[in-house]
Amino acid sequence: MTKHQYDVLIIGAGGAGLRAALEIPEGFSCAVLSKVFPTRSHTGAAQGGIGAALGNEEEDSWEWHMFDTVKGSDYLGDQDAIEIMTKDAIRAIIELEHMGMPFSRTPEGKIAQRRFGGHTKPENPSDPDSKRIAVKRSCYSADRTGHVMLHTLYENCIKQKVHFFSEYFVTDLIMSGDACAGVVAMDIATSEVHVFHAKAVMLATGGYGRVYRITSNAHVGTGDGFAAVYNNGLPLQDMEFVQFHPTGLWKLGILISEAARGEGGILLNNTGERFMERYAPTVKDLAPRDMVSRAILTEIREGRGIKGSDGTYYVNLDVSHLPKEIIDDKLPEITGFARTYLGVEPTKEPIPVQPTAHYAMGGIPTTPDAEVTKDKKKTIVPGLYAAGEAACVSVHGGNRLGTNSLLDLIVFGRRGGKAIARFIGETDFAPLPTDAADRTLSKIDRIRNSKGKEKPGALRLELQEKMMEKVGIFRNEKELTEMTVEMKSLRERYQNISIDDKGVVFNTDLMEALELGNLIDTAEAITHSALARQESRGAHSREDYPARDDKKWLKHTLIYKADAAPKLDYKPVSITRFQPKERKY
Amino acid sequence: MKVILRIQRYNPEKDTEPYYQEFTLEAGDDKVRILDLLHEAKWKYDGTLTFRRSCAHGVCGSDGIRINGRNRLACSTLLRDVNYRKPIVIEPLPSTAIIKDLVVDMSDFYKKYEAVKPYLVNNSPPPEHERLQSNEDAEKLFESAKCILCACCTTSCPSSWSDQNYIGPAALLKAYRFAFDTRDDAGDERLDVVDTPDGAWRCHTIFNCVEACPKEINITWHISQLKKRLAQREM
Ligand SMILES: Cc1cc2nc3c(=O)[nH]c(=O)nc-3n(C[C@H](O)[C@H](O)[C@H](O)COP(=O)(O)OP(=O)(O)OC[C@H]3O[C@@H](n4cnc5c(N)ncnc54)[C@H](O)[C@@H]3O)c2cc1C
Ligand code: SF4
Ligand code: SF4
Ligand code: FES
Repeated sequence: MTKHQYDVLIIGAGGAGLRAALEIPEGFSCAVLSKVFPTRSHTGAAQGGIGAALGNEEEDSWEWHMFDTVKGSDYLGDQDAIEIMTKDAIRAIIELEHMGMPFSRTPEGKIAQRRFGGHTKPENPSDPDSKRIAVKRSCYSADRTGHVMLHTLYENCIKQKVHFFSEYFVTDLIMSGDACAGVVAMDIATSEVHVFHAKAVMLATGGYGRVYRITSNAHVGTGDGFAAVYNNGLPLQDMEFVQFHPTGLWKLGILISEAARGEGGILLNNTGERFMERYAPTVKDLAPRDMVSRAILTEIREGRGIKGSDGTYYVNLDVSHLPKEIIDDKLPEITGFARTYLGVEPTKEPIPVQPTAHYAMGGIPTTPDAEVTKDKKKTIVPGLYAAGEAACVSVHGGNRLGTNSLLDLIVFGRRGGKAIARFIGETDFAPLPTDAADRTLSKIDRIRNSKGKEKPGALRLELQEKMMEKVGIFRNEKELTEMTVEMKSLRERYQNISIDDKGVVFNTDLMEALELGNLIDTAEAITHSALARQESRGAHSREDYPARDDKKWLKHTLIYKADAAPKLDYKPVSITRFQPKERKY
Repeated sequence: MKVILRIQRYNPEKDTEPYYQEFTLEAGDDKVRILDLLHEAKWKYDGTLTFRRSCAHGVCGSDGIRINGRNRLACSTLLRDVNYRKPIVIEPLPSTAIIKDLVVDMSDFYKKYEAVKPYLVNNSPPPEHERLQSNEDAEKLFESAKCILCACCTTSCPSSWSDQNYIGPAALLKAYRFAFDTRDDAGDERLDVVDTPDGAWRCHTIFNCVEACPKEINITWHISQLKKRLAQREM
């Protein structure tokens, strides 16, 4: 077992982790650990853009951006944090540009912007209460915004000589009393377990899309950061809020960005009707994601979906009426996906789509400086930070608006990095417990030597199918309760998994088995949080409680792992500028 | 329908040299990804089968492998893109050290990428707003910025095979990406790195790299632009 000591450890090399790493001042040691090579992180998959009220294409203001984000969150987002994010957005985008990010440009050479779901401005700017219309707020680089952002951040890390441990799989946190004192990780190339002792640890481990079978997320999106926190007695926040993106490629879940609708694409049912006109008369196809996903599912349930060759249903996303230059210049990548994976020619025919599990609004509770908190009083866990999709600040509340995640990464990644820089200057290393790696070692030992009959691949698929079925877009008490029972049995069966690969070199069989444990923990937190919340808000839609209930439920869920069943607690929402109103578009 | 994957296997803990193993697999239709079949083989039949992958839709660059003798991404190659009536031959990317099965050692590839100073160098103090750039100038960078560092190009390049020190097409493409950015001031500092016999001049415009690139980047065109810039510099 190798031991290392660094002032700072950043776990995850996506947008959040890399942005944080750039803040660690010279003179302190810092390492970034990632289970995949940095540029393979899922931030690279983001397509549509990053939101900021630059006003390069038309009048815009951060207050309108803030209002949209609050309303989009169904009033569950913390308004103090949302204000910080939407104000800082402008500086943050300019900074990316200065770092070298290649953006699409306006005729004057400024950063180009496009429309995106839920981003609006008052039709009459001098009357804030006038009807809201879509605004061009999403800064983009064709439809590869996340890719070039991730590369730009990585390039800047090379320039600053940031130290990386690539293909290191973090399995556990090291807690020293109340504080975090490092992490345990497995070097994938050799299976050797390493102990990393640190003053400060940031979790920037991304999302958990692979809890579901149909997802836009990478195979590595297995909720490892959530599980690490959950298994160390710390809570997860608002886990019931799972974003299903309305337009995944049918059967595959590969994302067709909202940019397609931002540029003028429309959704059609089996009669060719533009059905979003009925659900959101003002913004139509550019309504927020939770609404569009529910509308699609409702169309399908009411018999207006289109039946595919395998008996499953979809609706059509039509961009064929758009000028060819728009498709080629602004949507090349996503129209390419339709061609490659479904054999559909988007310039001539509609693209079959269905909702796909996309984004974790919930996560590790943090302050706006990325400090992890552990209870409803927001008590800080010294030395532990989280940012990006793994964290819940909460700026996305019940439903995230498109373009706000990339923004969240760079705003709170940077703030976290700065907070860490302050912290390590004032603090000493917490003592390293001698048994730090024991839990990891015994888990690996058990899986490696088990003769159990459960196989990780099959068990994972069962979990993913059941989560689709019972904890999907529409939920109810009966199915959620059934899922809590399933979760118990899946957990027991997980104790009986065995793997084929007993070797030590690049053992992905072992890694997938460990990831499955994290998926199970994450799924448990989602299911129990969802069962408890007896209302419909944002992406959490209960058939048995169809209305939003601000009296009882305008509060954040905190869930803690416990022996029999997880424990729940609640924390107030920060409301500063905008009082909750009915959410209509 | 049934298809056969003939996969090159190698586990350094057990094998003295690579060998082939055939997996007979069920494919729903010809739109199945080769990556789906690799997963099927791993998850149903043999958990020891080892390969890298992440995004599963051609954007992360993890799963460059050789399919029927051509460097491609497993996740962007569908059955209908290959002749599946015969066994489909799956091998690791050529001319790189094999770590296990389809996983190869990428460290040399990354080292060469880092050598070209793959970052913007701008020595003037940043303005309050963005640095202006025409859309035309921005678009000159887009094709090169599409690169996902999958190494399909470099490992298909005959010049790379014959000269270990050749910096390779991916690194040259990255050098173009910054050398042609109107915001970049690195100038000679970066050009010097590629203006060597093992740099841009080692490229003999054989086009293997272009054929291999899953992002359909015209790498050779970009290298030729770089060569032009280097030639102009001499004059
Ligand atoms: C297809 C798609 C399109 C999207 N488009 C947009 C968009 O247009 N605009 C927008 O704002 N948002 C978009 N999003 C959302 C956004 O891209 C993600 O939420 C965001 O990129 C997450 O970034 P991150 O830095 O938190 O994590 P990621 O980029 O997911 O990175 C996670 C990192 O953690 C590492 N890691 C994870 N677990 C471990 C472990 N156990 N040990 C070591 N390392 C680990 C990984 O290796 C990786 O480096 C999109 C998402 C998807 C899936
Ligand atoms: S064109 Fe140049 S870089 Fe490409 S394969 Fe040929 S020699 Fe190699
Ligand atoms: S240029 Fe193409 S083939 Fe080469 S690394 Fe980049 S994406 Fe891969
Ligand atoms: S898995 Fe990402 S490119 Fe194939």
